[in-house]
Amino acid sequence: MHRHEDCRQLLNSLSGYVDGDLHQELCDEIELHMKDCENCRIVVDTLSKTISLYQTSSEPIKVPDEVRQRLFHRLDLDEFLNL
Amino acid sequence: MNSEQGQKPYSLDALRSGDRAEFASIVEAYSPMIYRLGLKMLNNPQDAEDILQETFIKAYRNIGKFYGRSSVSTWLYRIATNEALMSLRRKRPEAVSFENPGLHESEPQEPLQIVDWCCMPEEEFLTAESRARLDEAASRLPANLRVVFILRDIEGLSTRETAQVLDISEMAVKTRLSRARLRLREDLTEYFGQLVEEE
Repeated sequence: MHRHEDCRQLLNSLSGYVDGDLHQELCDEIELHMKDCENCRIVVDTLSKTISLYQTSSEPIKVPDEVRQRLFHRLDLDEFLNL
Repeated sequence: MNSEQGQKPYSLDALRSGDRAEFASIVEAYSPMIYRLGLKMLNNPQDAEDILQETFIKAYRNIGKFYGRSSVSTWLYRIATNEALMSLRRKRPEAVSFENPGLHESEPQEPLQIVDWCCMPEEEFLTAESRARLDEAASRLPANLRVVFILRDIEGLSTRETAQVLDISEMAVKTRLSRARLRLREDLTEYFGQLVEEE
């Protein structure tokens, strides 16, 4: 049986866990805990999903042409605009 | 010649001696990442443009002090994050507490919302409303958490690079990233959880 106290302690490690950043021992402990704790499994799954949503929604941005022109002008680099 | 992953090689000597063509190629190569950082930090295209201009003006003025010990991107990110935080401090001083991020920084908040919304159809996550909700949630993070989250999860910097940009320890990066992610999860659960329950 898991204890609520364990959930609170593991919470600190979940971000490292989803990054694959933790020692094997702590990973095993989290995985064992999740087998018995549906709430923590949901937190881990929705945490991973949250991160992946931000990563996939951040496509490369093109600087708008007029912003780029104003930037080069402000830096006195107009002669390099069309290179 | 120096080079960074995915970027054109540049000459540190030429840069430091004030070669304008070399500086123009650095501006060209790095302006998209600086503009995106400004957009994500300040949520406003005009402010992002100001950050972009100020970053390269300061970079040009201080190029003589850049010795290549960090990468060009780390150096530019450092200037840009300082500019963004200063801009936020001017606009909303209460939202920026970088030097004193709180007494309970290492204590995560307890998750309040336990709804499994991962199973939603993928297209539900891609709507304009969902994307707006993602931006809104990120803009609600306190500045000291938001900047870490943007550098790590959006710009894709490593923990070490993020620590170098912000001049904080790697442990502080991990702690702030964890707090930022948990807050965002909480915020998104409020929104996506409701959609799941409506279905």
